[in-house]
Amino acid sequence: MIKKYSRQELFSPIGLTGQQRIRDAKVFVLGAGALGSSGAEMLVRAGVGELTIVDRDILEWTNLHRQQLYSEQDVVDQLPKAIAAEKRLRAINSDVKIRGIVADVTPENVLELFEGHQFVLDGTDNIETRLLANDAALQLHIPFFMGACVGSYGLTFPIGVAEGQPCLHCLLEVLPPQSLTCDTVGVISPIVVTTAARQVAELLKHITGAEMQPRLESVDLWSGERAAIDVHSMKKSSCPSCSEKPTYPFLSASEVVRTAVLCGRDTVQLTWPKNRQVELAPFADSIRGTVTNLVHNPYLVSCEYHDHRLVLFRDGRMLVHGTKDVSQARKIVAGLLG
Amino acid sequence: MEKTIDLNGKSYAVIPEVETVQQLLEHLELGDRILIVEKNKEILQKEHYDAPIMDRDQIEIIHFVGGG
Repeated sequence: MIKKYSRQELFSPIGLTGQQRIRDAKVFVLGAGALGSSGAEMLVRAGVGELTIVDRDILEWTNLHRQQLYSEQDVVDQLPKAIAAEKRLRAINSDVKIRGIVADVTPENVLELFEGHQFVLDGTDNIETRLLANDAALQLHIPFFMGACVGSYGLTFPIGVAEGQPCLHCLLEVLPPQSLTCDTVGVISPIVVTTAARQVAELLKHITGAEMQPRLESVDLWSGERAAIDVHSMKKSSCPSCSEKPTYPFLSASEVVRTAVLCGRDTVQLTWPKNRQVELAPFADSIRGTVTNLVHNPYLVSCEYHDHRLVLFRDGRMLVHGTKDVSQARKIVAGLLG
Repeated sequence: MEKTIDLNGKSYAVIPEVETVQQLLEHLELGDRILIVEKNKEILQKEHYDAPIMDRDQIEIIHFVGGG
């Protein structure tokens, strides 16, 4: 008999019982970028029963320095990340039932995608999708292991693993219209692996029944700073996502960015909800080093980014020229706004 | 008086101009981010960012980022 997991079983907090629980686990990995790659590989090597990995994107050369599941050939072949991830994960461990799905996770499909899984691992690249996942996971009563990283800095927070703990929406009462992204400030692979390792460690602890003391944690591998905050007191009894009468606002369209394809113009329009409008000046400042042909006047900010012309108007609308594909437009904008 | 605080696990010398948590956040260029701030093991609500910084305070700051 092949003893693939003997060294993991020897680790006494897991043991044979824990390994069986890992074997029984069905995990959903949201995103097959850097965190998703790293986390999915750890979970597949650990021997989970089933793993679904979803991503809307195709591979680019700029992914390879940190997205560990992919090879140069995958980029040459222009493979969707979900497909390349599925192929590599199957080669790593044939015990695991692996499914890669090419899709943009939206309020319309998120519940259907998560259904049938017991845990969700965060590998997304923007806060809006994290809040969507937070709502969906809360509605389905499945834990969501949040993680995010840029530069040399990463943070983690497991949600839905202990009684009375706050959710992501409790912590982010005011949603940032803009946050740092890998496209604006860069990222190094060690923080990806560190952040994913923390997410997966918490997930394995939860699977195997360890007592959870969820904390919001951060680390900066370059500066050596680290923080761990007990955010228990931030639980809001009126939170629309996790109170006793939740409305799950991010599952309905009013709280999310609306999109429309402008007829005959090869342009997608994105409209932010009123309470989260992107301001012109801070937006222009944050993208200065990332985009080309930046124009900032009292009415708009316009720039070139990844061969697309982007125009942000003062009323909060953004036009992404050169595409009719809504998910491509969202991806381009997520690169700048997070 | 020179103040030294423990900031995210590291010793940090606070310049004299920085007297409150809000001024510290601005000095660290974190003023416009979404933050969770803890001072001496207690979470500080935004309306209390005018709290003075004292010598040997223990401050932890976590800011939210988009990437992954």
